Order: sequence, then structure tokens, then C-alpha cells
Amino acid sequence: MLIKTASDIRSSEITPKSLYLNRRRLLAGAGGLLLAQSAFAAKIANVKKSPLSTTEAITPVGDATSYNNFYELGTSKAAPAQNAARLKTQNWKVKVEGACNKPMTFDMDGLMKLGAMEERIYRMRCVEAWSIVVPWIGYSLSNLLKAVEPTAKAKYVSFETFYDPGSMLSSAAGGIEFPYREGLRLDEAMHPLALLTFGMYGETLPNQNGAPVRLIVPWKYGFKGIKSINKIRLVEKEPSSTWKMSNPSEYGFYSNVNPQVDHPRWSQGSERRLGEFSRRKTLMFNGYADQVASLYAGMDLKKNY
Amino acid sequence: MTTTVRNALIKTPVWIACLFPLALLYYQFRTNDLTANPIEYLTHNTGDWALRLLLLSLVITPLRRFGYPSLIRFRRLLGLFAFFYVCLHFAIWAWLDRGLEFQEMWDDILKRRFITVGMLGLLLMVPLAITSTKGWIRRLGKNWQRLHRLAYVSALAGVIHYYWLVKSDIRLPAMYGAILLVLMAARWLKKP
Repeated sequence: MLIKTASDIRSSEITPKSLYLNRRRLLAGAGGLLLAQSAFAAKIANVKKSPLSTTEAITPVGDATSYNNFYELGTSKAAPAQNAARLKTQNWKVKVEGACNKPMTFDMDGLMKLGAMEERIYRMRCVEAWSIVVPWIGYSLSNLLKAVEPTAKAKYVSFETFYDPGSMLSSAAGGIEFPYREGLRLDEAMHPLALLTFGMYGETLPNQNGAPVRLIVPWKYGFKGIKSINKIRLVEKEPSSTWKMSNPSEYGFYSNVNPQVDHPRWSQGSERRLGEFSRRKTLMFNGYADQVASLYAGMDLKKNY
Repeated sequence: MTTTVRNALIKTPVWIACLFPLALLYYQFRTNDLTANPIEYLTHNTGDWALRLLLLSLVITPLRRFGYPSLIRFRRLLGLFAFFYVCLHFAIWAWLDRGLEFQEMWDDILKRRFITVGMLGLLLMVPLAITSTKGWIRRLGKNWQRLHRLAYVSALAGVIHYYWLVKSDIRLPAMYGAILLVLMAARWLKKP
């Protein structure tokens, strides 16, 4: 596997593969994880480096693939990797419908051809006050949206995660309603930073990270980056989203990373970057304010949290 | 063999069992196996054991009445180990997680209800740990039993702390809550 990196990252900042694969947790703790990775991972070819990448140190791949929130595969951090095989990604289809001129159902080959693959190293900030830096592979979501030609009625985009009640956790056990749902305003979805993501660390996504296709919206809390998407719908009204449905006072539709809007469980003023001991200050829009603040001009972000 | 030595020998396995979670954490620390977020893992793990041991100490009371009176000799030990793990839990939060930023910690205690109720549970255990000695049992007489019923309140605070912490999957805190309810029912319904 080749880890492609932006030229401005010193190679010393990146954990060599031999080192992270030697980590005991990969060998002993999650034998299933190695299996899952080797069974599904494939190298993605012809990936360009993106100028939108951060130069910060990348999180070791073992951390990013063993510490996940993917409740359909279990609600602990370790469970999604352990139960990764329950997600079946063969013959995956993504249905794009709603307020558009060319509604389409894509297979993965067709979907992956809609844009040139780029590696984007983004910060990811979880609402639980931890963060990681991941080299994602994908293309701007706008490529897909333009292909289906949204009509004038399309104001929002809603997304849905594949759900198989037979092999995945029940809504009752998880405490949130499945299938998982997320949404963006159309202008947010069209923003070049919003990435339709197919891979990470040079390879296709492992199941626990949302294979075969997921969303990454780096200026929003991680849960907005919906995993294992099989439905996309262009809609006129603000769509429902799973965490907001479960607890509207804690999770809003926008869920932009915002150190000034507090959360009853976690202080949002600071975060712990995985692998670091001390907390660091959380940045407005997760450090992407220059690019995205204009999307929210005139909006009260304390009300629209 | 003197009674003291025999008592000590009987309690040895309980000591070993109660220290096992700590030894395991040390092993996981040495082998770099504390997950991608070690501070969170240490916090959750010690909190889990504090609650489990506290509930286990409360199991002794009804068991004593249902035919296992000799188990009473382990109750104090289990209670004190619960207190030990709750102190570790607090120290890890205060030192590793919050970096001993006392103002921030105080704000957290006041603002986040799960921390408020967790703190309450810990504080309630302090007088219980202090008065767990033979001298205090003698000195307090009947009041000792009354005071030590606070263990149920502390366990309830622990369950609520856990319930308010989890985002949506309430199965584990609900299970601990159910166990506590059964224990309270056994304690008060079967009063001779």
C-alpha cells in the first residue's frame, strides 16, 4: 500500500506502516479487523493530491480504523471493526432521486467515474470532543449533484445509510432510529470541501469507516459524515437527521463545529487529538472558517446549531 | 493458625480479584493496548469497576439473609475497593482528562448534570470509607447502619451518572439500574 501524502508533510510525521501494523492491538485485540481490511481493501489508482489538504500530522491508520462510531455495527468504539463483516457491500447501488432532472441509480463503478479521485487530508472533529486527521480519497460531492441536475425546487440534500435489520443492531438497542439519516443544505453540499468519499489511507474504505461510499464534511461534527450511503434525495424542505430526531436539544441540523455552542455532555471549547496527551483548542468550523463561513453569513449560529 | 491469619487468607482471593482489573489496565498500558483513546478508556473502565464493585458489595446484604451469612466478611472489602476505583476514576478525569484545570473542572461539575450526580455519588462514599473501621462501627452503634444505607444512594447516583452519560444506547446503565432495584427490594421488602 502506498500512503500518498501532501508534499508539505514531513515523512517523519507519518507513522510507517510496519510500525502501526506491529501494534499489538491490531494483532491481538482485533484479529477480525485485519481480516476485514485484507478481505475488502483495494488500492485506489490515479489519485491526485489536493491543495485542500491540511499539513497536520496524520492519525495512524490503526487508530482511525479501530475507534469508530457506526451504531448499526455496535455502539462501542471497538464494535464496528469487530462486526465489520456484517455489512455486505457487494453489488452496492446508490439511488439518487427527488428534485432533479436525471434521477439515477449508480453502481460503484459508475459512481466512482463521476469525478477525478483526490486525496484530501482533513481534520475530523467528533461531537464527543476527540479529533483525527485522515487522508480521505474521493471527489467533491458537487460532481454527483451536477450529474443529476437539481431542479429549482431542490434546496436540501438528504442521505440514508444502508440498513439490514437482520444483521445489524436494532433501533431499540441502538437507541437511535435506523436507517441512519443525514442532510445538508444544497449550497453546503455543493461546497468543494464536501467530499463524496470512497477510500482512506490509499485504499478503499474499510466497512467500519463506512464502505463503500460515505460523506465527509470537514467543518461539521463527524456524525454529519454519513456512512455507507445507498440513497440520496434532493428535497425542498429541511430533511430529518437521525441524531436531531433522537435528541433535538443536543444535536441540530447544521452541527457546524463551533467552540462557542456548548453541549450538555462535552465541552466543545477543546478537543483531544487521538495520539496526543493534552487537549487542544477547538477551532471555529474546525479550522475551515475561511472557506465556509460565508455559507452562514447573517445566520445566528447559536440558534442554528 | 490465629483468627487474624485465617481471615487474611480467606480474603486473599477477593483482594486478587479486586486488583485484577487494575493489573489488566497496567498490562494494556505496557502493551500499548488501551485503544486509540487511552484516557477515555481508562476513565470508562475504572468507572465501570467502581459501579460493579459497589453493586457487588450491596449483593452481600440480601445474600446474608438468604443463607450465606459468612459472606458479610467480604462486604467492607468490596465497598472499599469500589471507593478505590471511584477515586481512580476521578483522578483520571481530573488529572489526565482535564489537566487539573480546577476552574474548568468546577464549571463542568456545575454545568454537566452527569458529572454533578457522579460527584455526588463519590462524595457520599467518603464518609462511608472513613467510618468503615471497627472503631467507628463501635462508636456509631445503631447510627452506623443508618449512615451506611447511603451506599444505596451512592449506587443510584452512579447508575444515573452512567445513564446521563451515554448518548443513546442505554442497555448497560439500564441493566445496572435493574440490579440496584432488585437489591433495594430485597433489602427492604424482606425485612424480618
